[in-house]
Order: sequence, then C-alpha cells, then structure tokens
Amino acid sequence: MPGKFGKPTDPDYGERLAEFEARIARGEKIEPGDWMPEEYRRQLVRMISQHAHSEVVGMLPEGAWITRAPSLKRKMILIAKVQDEAGHGQYLYHAAETLGVTREEMLEALLSGKAKYSSIFNYPTLTWADIGTIGWLVDGAAIKNQTMLAQCSYGPYSRAMVRICAEETFHHKQGKEMVILYAKGTPKQRAMAQDAINRWWWPALMMLGPHDSDSPNTPTLVRWGIKTKTNDQVRQEFINEHAPEILEAGLTLPDPDLRYDEATGNWLHGPINWDEFWAVVGGNGPMNKERLEARRRAHAEGAWVREALAAYAARRQQTAVAV
Amino acid sequence: MNEQVKQALIAKLTALADDELILAHRDSEWVGHGPILEEDIALANIAQDELGHATLWYGLRSTLDGSDPDRLAFLRDAAEFHNCELVELPKGDWAFTLLRQYLFDAYEALWLSAAKDSTYKPLAEVAAKILREERFHLQHTQAWVERLGLGTEESNRRMQAALDAQWGYAQQLFVPLEGEGVLVAEGIVPDLGGLKQTWLLHTTQHLQNSGLKLPLQPGYQPTSRQMHTEHLWSLLAEMQSTARWDAEAKVW
Ligand SMILES: [Fe+2]
Ligand SMILES: [Fe+2]
Ligand SMILES: [Fe+2]
Repeated sequence: MPGKFGKPTDPDYGERLAEFEARIARGEKIEPGDWMPEEYRRQLVRMISQHAHSEVVGMLPEGAWITRAPSLKRKMILIAKVQDEAGHGQYLYHAAETLGVTREEMLEALLSGKAKYSSIFNYPTLTWADIGTIGWLVDGAAIKNQTMLAQCSYGPYSRAMVRICAEETFHHKQGKEMVILYAKGTPKQRAMAQDAINRWWWPALMMLGPHDSDSPNTPTLVRWGIKTKTNDQVRQEFINEHAPEILEAGLTLPDPDLRYDEATGNWLHGPINWDEFWAVVGGNGPMNKERLEARRRAHAEGAWVREALAAYAARRQQTAVAV
Repeated sequence: MNEQVKQALIAKLTALADDELILAHRDSEWVGHGPILEEDIALANIAQDELGHATLWYGLRSTLDGSDPDRLAFLRDAAEFHNCELVELPKGDWAFTLLRQYLFDAYEALWLSAAKDSTYKPLAEVAAKILREERFHLQHTQAWVERLGLGTEESNRRMQAALDAQWGYAQQLFVPLEGEGVLVAEGIVPDLGGLKQTWLLHTTQHLQNSGLKLPLQPGYQPTSRQMHTEHLWSLLAEMQSTARWDAEAKVW
C-alpha cells in the first residue's frame, strides 16, 4: 500500500488531504491502512503512546497502597483497579501499534525519558485517602478527557476509549464513595480526606493540559477530529461536576476564588499555577525521578525473564520442527 | 457439631484464610513491577483470587463464631496468625514468586479436590467454588516453572535457587494443626498425610521434567503452625498500618 502516510511534498497530497478531511467532516472513522497525513499519524502516535504510558506509570502511586489497604474489600477493589490500569495500557499500546510503531519502541521512549506521561502521576500518594481522591478526581478528570476522545476520528483509539471509559467510570464511583464516607467518618478520617482533596485538586485541574492559548497542537487536533474539545472546555466540565459534589460532601476546595457564575452556569476557578505544571512536565515534579526509576528497575529486573521466555519458545519451535 | 469439633474447625478455617491472605499480600507486591505487562495482569489476578479465598474462609469462620473478617485480618497480632512460613518469605525474584505460587497451588488444588466432599456442607461448597480458580492457577504456574526451568541457564539457576530455598518450607503445608485429627475423623477435612504423597509425586515429576533437581537435604522444615519467620511482624505492620492508624474508625 504505497503512500499510506502522506507528506505535503507528495504530488497528490492536496487532493488526498481534502478527501481525508471531508471524511472526518462526515463523521467517518479513519481505520488502519487508510490514507492519512503523516502529521496525523505522528500526533496520534504521540498522544496514544503518552496515554498508554500514563496508564502504566499510573499503576505506581496507587499500587503502593495495595499492601496497606485497610479492609479486605478495599484491598480487593484496589488490586482490581490497578490491574484495570495495566489493561488500559495494553489496549492503548495495541491501538498505537496499528500506526506502525512497536511496543518496544514505545517502552524505549518512556524509559529513556523521551516520551511523556500524565503530569499527575508525578505527585506522591501520602495517605490512604489519596486512593479515594485519585479515583474521584484523577479518574474523574481522565473520564472527561476520554469521553471526548471516544469521539476521536481514529477508529482504534476511539474504540479503546469507549472500553476504557466504562471501567474508569467504575473507579470514579468507588473513589467518590470512599471520600464521601471518610468525610462523614471519624475526625482523623475526615482530616485525611480533606488533606487529600487539598493536595490533588490543583494537579487534577492541571492534568487536563495548558490553556488553549498555550496549547499549540490543539487547533490541528481539533480540525482532524483527534480532539473534539479544547483543554479549557474539558477542564470546565470537570469543575462543574466535581466542585459542587465535593462541597456537598462537607469538604472544602483549596481555591479562594472558586465561585458559581449564575450567568454562564459555570464554576469559575482562580489562577492555576502553571509554573508548577511546567516544572512537573519538565521532569522536576516531586516524584518524576522515582516513577521513571521504578519503571526502569522493573524493566531491567524483568530482562532475564523475557530472555528465558524467548529461549523457551525457540526451543519449543525447534522440537516441533524436529518432530 | 460439638464444641471440640467446632473449635478445631474455627482454628482450621483461620489457618486456611491466613495462608491465602499472606500469599495474596506477597503476590500483590508485584503489581506495577512485573517483567511484562501481561504477566503483571496475570499475577494481579492470582492475588485477587487468593485474597478472595481468604475472605471466603474468614467468612465461613464468621458463621461459626460471629467474628469479623476485617478485624481478624487487620487487628490481630502476629502470634495469632497460623499461616505457614512459606507464604511469609519476601517475594524475591520472579522465579521465587512463581515457584512458591506453584508449590502452594499444587497443594491447594489437591486439598480442595478432597475437601469438596467434606461432610460439612458449607465447607464442601466453598471448596468446590475455589477449586475452579485453583485449577487455572495451577495451569499457569506449572507452565511458568517449565518455561523458567527450561529457559536459559540463568532462569534455570534462579529457579533451582528458589527450589533449594523453598522445598523445606513447603513441607509445612502438610503439618496438621493441633486437634485437626477430630476434623479428619468426622470427614470434615482431608487427611494431610495422604495428600502429601500425591503432592510429592506430582511436584517431583513436574520439577524434574522442568530441568530442576530436588534438594538432597530438605533443609529447615517448620514443624508447627505456631512458628513464624522474622518477616511476619513487618509484613503485618505494613498490612495493618492504615486500619490500626485510627482506633476510632468503624468503617473503611
Ligand atoms: Fe485507566
Ligand atoms: Fe487459593
Ligand atoms: Fe492459587
């Protein structure tokens, strides 16, 4: 299939691009093997692999609390949740592979620090209430973003999102239930829940990405139907749902400027500390080094296992041929 | 059920649950750190299953004495745990974890196949239910023992080291509790002595087919379920840290 990924220098680029954009405008899905601009492919590989890495790195902050979960039920729910995140990583790596990139290449990009993952996972989980709060706010923010991406013009990404959103919705519900329970619990539980909300609120707003004015990729991504909303729109949806629910639970939010605006029906937030966001994205968040180090260690310590599997498979094949 | 049988059954159910809980804990330490994403998922599955088995056994005990499974797991002291020492050992490398899981699953599957015919119906039902999952575990861990045993020189060496370290501990799986005899006499639980012979036969054959050698000296073998390793205290300190952190908390 020649010229599957078109470049502006291709003689038929203009014509094909017009066809491609018309398909997107009609709401058709682009499927693997279809013609697409190289830039469309590049943006998708970047986004999907980043998304996959976020799922996998995201296992670490929560996974750390599996051994400390305070009841049999919570422990079970948490293992299942972290396992779901691994599954999301798996679907997403598969979706990216349909664009001609291998899992090994993507892992290499993550471990070398070249590929990014969501800034939110570079914050530490300090108490058990962080587990509920991550479910409520972080999965809550992820759902807003992923519901939008489920409309994405690239078929495999869109389908992965539909499947993932269903599971995230479950995590979100469990997290919310937990935080609300602790907000009504003992003084220590209450204080723990409030402290967790205080620490995760701003990072949750930031994880939805910079303001539209500072997000150079957004216009192209919107035109090609990769994103169907801007970062600020998604962030507003997130705040409108979560701010009133958190206040309703009897907790406060760490934003003195937060207020409901009658005219627009929106909850307006105060200024976001983008210096903090860019520091975290740039590798200087509280946990960047530890997270990457944990992934590298797991990969390095697993090398002999992967070699053994390959050797065993090769040996099996030889015996099969010999027979 | 007379009082003596009931007390013996409570002790047995607790020991069964403790084994599963502590094993699940060790397995769950791998979540997020596995050698391959797919295997991370598979081991997380096993950890959930074992945790589910612990919950079922504590639950069955609860029907006899009204105890609260969460209090038993999260507020009981190390000296009152009756799990075997094998499950307490630190997770080690992938070979250590998968071999332990294999030795334990092989024992558990055998125990359950016998226990599903228990004269105590509630126990028979739970055993039948768990057995379905254990057959999958055994298939999975059996395959891993073979792959690593016959993989590379290094994987074989690591597997052999794990076997040398664990073989003696594994024998404790067949040491009955004090008073377990009355349960066997009543047909409530299987006789461990009989199961041990079958277990030895199956595991020895599979280990040898996987290029591994049984240790000539079995090494240290714990002789009762009152005995523990140095690891249990710190394992529980971690596991119980959140639950014990707020003495007033009624629900989690
Ligand atoms: Fe996820
Ligand atoms: Fe089990
Ligand atoms: Fe098992």
